[in-house]
Amino acid sequence: MKYIDEYRDGALARKLAGAIAAEIQPGRRYNIMEFCGGHTHAIARFGIEDLLPPEVRLIHGPGCPVCVLPVGRIDDAMAIAARPGVILCTYADLMRVPASNRRSLQSAKADGADIRMVYSVEDALTVAAENPAAQVVFFAIGFETTTPPTALALVRAKAEGLANFSVFCNHVLTPSAMEAILAQPQDGPDPVHVDAFVGPAHVSMVIGTRPYETFARDHHRPVVIAGFEPLDVMQAVLMLVRQINDGRHQVENEYSRAVVPEGNRKAQALMEQVLERRDSFEWRGLGALPDSALKIRDSFADFDAERRFEVPARSVPDPKSCECAAILRGQRRPEECKLFGTACTPESPIGSCMVSSEGACAAHWTFGRFRERRRA
Amino acid sequence: MCLAIPARIVAIAEDGVTAQIEVEGVRRPVSLALVEGCGIGDYVVVHVGFALSRLDPMEAERTLALFAEAGLTGGAAS
Amino acid sequence: MSTGSRQGRVEMTHGGGGRAMARLVEELFVAAFDNDLLRRRDDQAQFAAPTGRMVMSTDSFVISPLFFPGGDIGSLAVHGTVNDVAMAGARPLYLSAAFILEEGFPLADLGRIVDSMAAASKEAGVPVVTGDTKVVERGKGDGVFITTAGVGMVPDGVEIGGDRARPGDAVLISGTIGDHGMTILSLRESLGFETGLRSDSAALHGLVADMVASVPGLRCLRDPTRGGLAATMNEIAGLSGVGMMLDEAAIPVRAEVRAACELLGLDPLHVANEGKLVAICPPENADRLLAAMRAHPLGAQAAIIGRVTDDPHHFVQMETAFGGRRIVDWLNGEQLPRIC
Repeated sequence: MKYIDEYRDGALARKLAGAIAAEIQPGRRYNIMEFCGGHTHAIARFGIEDLLPPEVRLIHGPGCPVCVLPVGRIDDAMAIAARPGVILCTYADLMRVPASNRRSLQSAKADGADIRMVYSVEDALTVAAENPAAQVVFFAIGFETTTPPTALALVRAKAEGLANFSVFCNHVLTPSAMEAILAQPQDGPDPVHVDAFVGPAHVSMVIGTRPYETFARDHHRPVVIAGFEPLDVMQAVLMLVRQINDGRHQVENEYSRAVVPEGNRKAQALMEQVLERRDSFEWRGLGALPDSALKIRDSFADFDAERRFEVPARSVPDPKSCECAAILRGQRRPEECKLFGTACTPESPIGSCMVSSEGACAAHWTFGRFRERRRA
Repeated sequence: MCLAIPARIVAIAEDGVTAQIEVEGVRRPVSLALVEGCGIGDYVVVHVGFALSRLDPMEAERTLALFAEAGLTGGAAS
Repeated sequence: MSTGSRQGRVEMTHGGGGRAMARLVEELFVAAFDNDLLRRRDDQAQFAAPTGRMVMSTDSFVISPLFFPGGDIGSLAVHGTVNDVAMAGARPLYLSAAFILEEGFPLADLGRIVDSMAAASKEAGVPVVTGDTKVVERGKGDGVFITTAGVGMVPDGVEIGGDRARPGDAVLISGTIGDHGMTILSLRESLGFETGLRSDSAALHGLVADMVASVPGLRCLRDPTRGGLAATMNEIAGLSGVGMMLDEAAIPVRAEVRAACELLGLDPLHVANEGKLVAICPPENADRLLAAMRAHPLGAQAAIIGRVTDDPHHFVQMETAFGGRRIVDWLNGEQLPRIC
C-alpha cells in the first residue's frame, strides 16, 4: 500500500529507536501526550512502546470522539430514535457506547427502534430521499476531521429541500480539549504531567498548524503534528525529545505530506457557513468545557434535530470510582484505576477511556496489558 | 480518531465530485467536494467517504528521508 | 428433473405436508442430493456403525448475501460442517440438512442453492443422507436458513483437541486469512466496495487426512471462522492453559484483504475464514507438517506463524512486523466498520 507500508518499516523503526535513545538525557523524563485516538491506536497496534526508552512515557489523550461523548447525549439520541417514524443513522462506532441504565443504541435497536449504520453522511441523505415519510436523523459525532462532511450534508439538504432530514450535532473541537488538559492547576498535589504533545494528523489536515501556536507560545509546550503511521509517531517523539532537550517549544509539522499550515480552507469555510461555537459542551471524563463544540447555525435551524425534536438534554455524571479524568490528563495510568479490567472492560465499559478501541484504557487492555507484569 | 488512509484516484465522474479511489485493487466511491484541484492519479487522504487532503508526493519523500537521516545520526538500537 | 419445482416462489403449501411439499422434496432435494440412503425416503438414514470413535457436529447457516464470489449458502453449509467434523482429525461420513424457507423466496434461487450444495457434497464425498424442510411466513425469515449436521470417524491413534497444545509447540496456518469475511463485507451495498476477492469456502478434510498421515502426533486443529484467527488462538490458549506468541510478518494476508481492512478500520486477525485451518504440533514435527500442508492445493500458502508459550495469563501475543509486541485479543462485540 503506497504511502502506508513505507511508514511501517521495521528496519527504519529500529534505527529511529536508536536515534531517540541517543538523544535521551540521563535522569530526565519525557512525558509526551498523543492527543489523538488514532495515535493511541497506532502505538498499541504496532507495539511502539517496546521501541522507546523507559524515560519516554506516552500519555494517551482524549482525542477519541466516541469516548468523550457524554452519556446524556447518547440518551438524547436514543430518545429521538424512540419516536415513531424516526430513522436514526449513525456511524457504527456509536452502536455499543453505553448510555444510561446500561443501555446503548444497540439495545434500542433490539427494542425496535429503526437505527441504521452508515459509513458516510451521504448514505444518510440517501436514506432520507428514499424514505420521504420518515424523519431521518443523522447522529453526527467527531472532531474537525469528521465535521466538514456533516456541514456539506446540511448545505445539500437545504439546497435540495430534503425536509425530512436533520442532524443531531455533537461535533467537538480539538484545541479546546488540549487547552482543558493544560488548564489544570500545576502546583497541586497531583499536577498534570504533559511536557509535550504529538498533535493530530487528520484534524490538522482541516484546521492546519496555526491553532496549536498557543500551546507553544502561551503554555510553553512543544507540539509536533504527526501522521498516524508508526514511523510518523516515532519521528514525532524524536522531534519532541529534541525540543525538550533544547528548551524549545515550537509547533513542528512531521505530517507535511498531508497537512499545510493554513489547513483545508474549503472545509473551514463550509463549517463556518453552517456551524457555530457552543458556549459550553460536556465531555465524558473532562466535564463541561467552554467553546469546545459546534452547533448548527440559525440559518440551518430547520435541519437541527435538537430543535426539531424535544430532547431530554440531561447531564449524567461520570461514575464516581472511574479514574478517566485523571487518566486523560496523564495523572494516572489505566491499570492504576481499580475498575480497570475488573468492573470495566471493553465488553462492558464504565468509563470513557474503555469505550472505543482508541480509548486509553481500551487500547491498553486490548493490546498492551501484558506489559503490566514487566512494570510490577 | 479519524480513520483515514491515502488512496489513489482512478476515476472522476462528469460532476467532478464523485470519484473512485483504489488501494491494492479495492475500489470505492469517494466525494471530492471538500478538496480542490485533484485529478486522476493523485493520492488523497480519505475519511468517511470524503477526500480531505491531497497527498504531496515531494513532502512524503522528504519525510521518509528524515527517518533515514535520523537513523544515520542515531545508529542502530541494541 | 422436472423444471416445475424451479419456477415461481416458495409458498406456505411447500411446507404444509401435502402434495406440494412432497413434490418439492422429490424434484428438488432428492434429485439433487441423490444417494442410496436418501432414496429410501425413511424419516431417518440407516447405516452401519464403523468401529472406533465417532464425531458429530452441527452448524446453522445464515448469511447475507446468499450468493457471493467463491460460493453460496449451500456450499458453505456443506463445507462448514465437513470442516467442523474434520477438525477432530476425523473422516466425515454423512451429512443431514434442514432448510427453513421464507414464503416468497424464488424457487429458482433455491434450486441454485440446492445444486451447489449437492455439488459441494459430491466433491467432498460426503453425502446428504437425511433432511427436512419447513416454510415460514414472509417477513419471518431471511430467504433461506440451512442447518447441517455431520458425523465422521476418527482414525486409530489420532488424538486431537483444543486442550492439547503444549509450550514450545509450533502454530501453523493453512493459508491467507480474512478472505471470506472481507468478501462478504465488501458486498454490503452501503460500502460500495469493488474488489476481486473470493470467499475461501472449501472442505478441508482431504488436507486434514494428509496432515494426520504425515504427523500423527498433531495436537490441535481448528478452523478460524467467526472471530477469525484471533478467536481461535484465544480459544486454544484458554483450553490448553498456555500462551501464544505469533509472528505478524509470517501470517499470510492478501494485499486486497489488508487494504479493505485499512479502509474499514478492521483487523484481519478478526475476520472470518471458511477454508482455512490452524494446526498445532510438537516443534520437531513442524517442518514435516508444513511440507505436507503445502503439498495439498488447499495448503499451498501454509506457514508457521508462531509458537505456544508458557503463560499463566494465557495471553495471545504477537511480535509485530514493526518490531514491537501486542496482545491479540478476542473480537469485542460485532465486527463493524470504524470511522474513528
